[in-house]
Amino acid sequence: MLHQQVNGKPLVYFDNAATSQKPVSVINALVDYYKGYNANIHRGIHTLAEKATKAFEDTRHTAKAFINAASEQEIIFVRGVTEAVNLVASTYGRAFVKAGDEIIISGLEHHSNIVPWQMLREEKQAFLKVIPVLKNGELDLGAFKKLLSSKTKIVSVNHASNSLGTINPIKEIIDHAHEAGAVVLIDGAQAGAHLEIDVQALNCDFYCLSAHKMYGPTGVGILYGKKELLEKMPPYQGGGEMIKEVTYQKTTYNDLPYKFEAGTPNIADVVAFNFSMQFINELGKDNIAAHEHELLSYATEKVSALKGVKLIGTAKNKVSVLSFVVDGIHPFDIGQMLDTRGIAVRTGHHCTQPLMDHFGIDGTVRASFAVYNTKQEIDSLVEGLDRIIRFMK
Amino acid sequence: MTTINTIQDEIINEFALLDGDMEMTVFYLMELGQKLPPMNEADKTEDNIVKGCQSKVWLTARLEHEKIYFTADSNTAITKGLVSLLVRIFNGQHPDDILNADLYFMHKIGMERFIGTQRSNGFAAMIKQMKFYALAFKTKSEVGS
Repeated sequence: MLHQQVNGKPLVYFDNAATSQKPVSVINALVDYYKGYNANIHRGIHTLAEKATKAFEDTRHTAKAFINAASEQEIIFVRGVTEAVNLVASTYGRAFVKAGDEIIISGLEHHSNIVPWQMLREEKQAFLKVIPVLKNGELDLGAFKKLLSSKTKIVSVNHASNSLGTINPIKEIIDHAHEAGAVVLIDGAQAGAHLEIDVQALNCDFYCLSAHKMYGPTGVGILYGKKELLEKMPPYQGGGEMIKEVTYQKTTYNDLPYKFEAGTPNIADVVAFNFSMQFINELGKDNIAAHEHELLSYATEKVSALKGVKLIGTAKNKVSVLSFVVDGIHPFDIGQMLDTRGIAVRTGHHCTQPLMDHFGIDGTVRASFAVYNTKQEIDSLVEGLDRIIRFMK
Repeated sequence: MTTINTIQDEIINEFALLDGDMEMTVFYLMELGQKLPPMNEADKTEDNIVKGCQSKVWLTARLEHEKIYFTADSNTAITKGLVSLLVRIFNGQHPDDILNADLYFMHKIGMERFIGTQRSNGFAAMIKQMKFYALAFKTKSEVGS
């Protein structure tokens, strides 16, 4: 995948914050599952069903350790962060948020961590408050503390920003929110492949991950929830798997985590997700962070030295995301021109339109790095940008 | 009167000189965009926008002696280049010819990637809007006559 030519040039893939490429072990796991032991899980008593069930549950086991959850019952498989946030908004939100209550999100959120809360707000006549963003792309924690009150029921923020790379001080946010009596959901989409995650040390109530941003397959993610909260919450979707007994008069729901996993799940991708977490574990988050930090520092220095470049998001702690604009050149043109040189970056608002409005821009060019990227690839990016800037002046 | 297909063939020949080099093609496209006659700022209204996801195009049209003339602009250089090609092809053409036009030049100059990706630059929406103007002028003149 990464060794291909695009427009006659070697591919440079810098769109990792959108989705990362997949290691061979992950791709093989998908093929092996479909070739060797495809069967529906949990109900079958035959050998294939046993094997598929074991592989499926092995992923839950790995995921529990990956984020240091207290129990496998706290790991719910979902389609990704978007579904995880919707699940919490639709179940916990519907059950526990009342008219006049407040939900707090941050100004750095992806649309997936904005819209579900807006929908809940409309339904419940609740209020949605937004933690302001400072000029450097960090959250204004002073303002956050002032937003908190006894009316705050949910605080939902990301661990790291997809648009700017800012790593948020989530431990501090969680502690303050808890003091006010609110529960906290952390969108870990941009953290999963880069940062250590320990949900018990963080003491967060919910934590969400998307496998495809962690070298895993698309269509799978995790919702972690504290057991006592998940038990209190009504189910999300009804159907098979999530029930204990069904009669026309009354249905009893299954135990955790199955209560939230209605229907046949995405078995193959869950099975392959195990291998992507193992890939990350084998490399080690420390090693990954060190490599990506080096790439980010190198790229930051080289790109910011180019004429007319302005970095958007200069927080002290960042994941490997470099977002910038170039004076007088639309991000779309830069993205298209880099593509002609085989360089894949993201341009636009990155599903964070309110944040772009805050900076008074239409969008940015975003280069985001992963373990397989190199300094030579950054040199290609810089060379490409330099040519474009000179051509356009 | 130069026909739509003659102009398309001219464009294909010009781009053929670039030998399929994508970067040069895009640079040339942007140069063409820079030569597009400027549009009145007053015409850059919400009503005149043909919106893509990342780039905006403003388009107006007028009928003179039964021929249509377009003015257009875009906030991105590449899209502006694409618009300039469409304006060059359709300007001064009869509404019927625009409505019946088969635009084949995009495939021949390696611009397929810009077509059908309405979400990113609204190129397909732009063609539709130009044909819509042609239809509107045609209907108007038929009703009027």
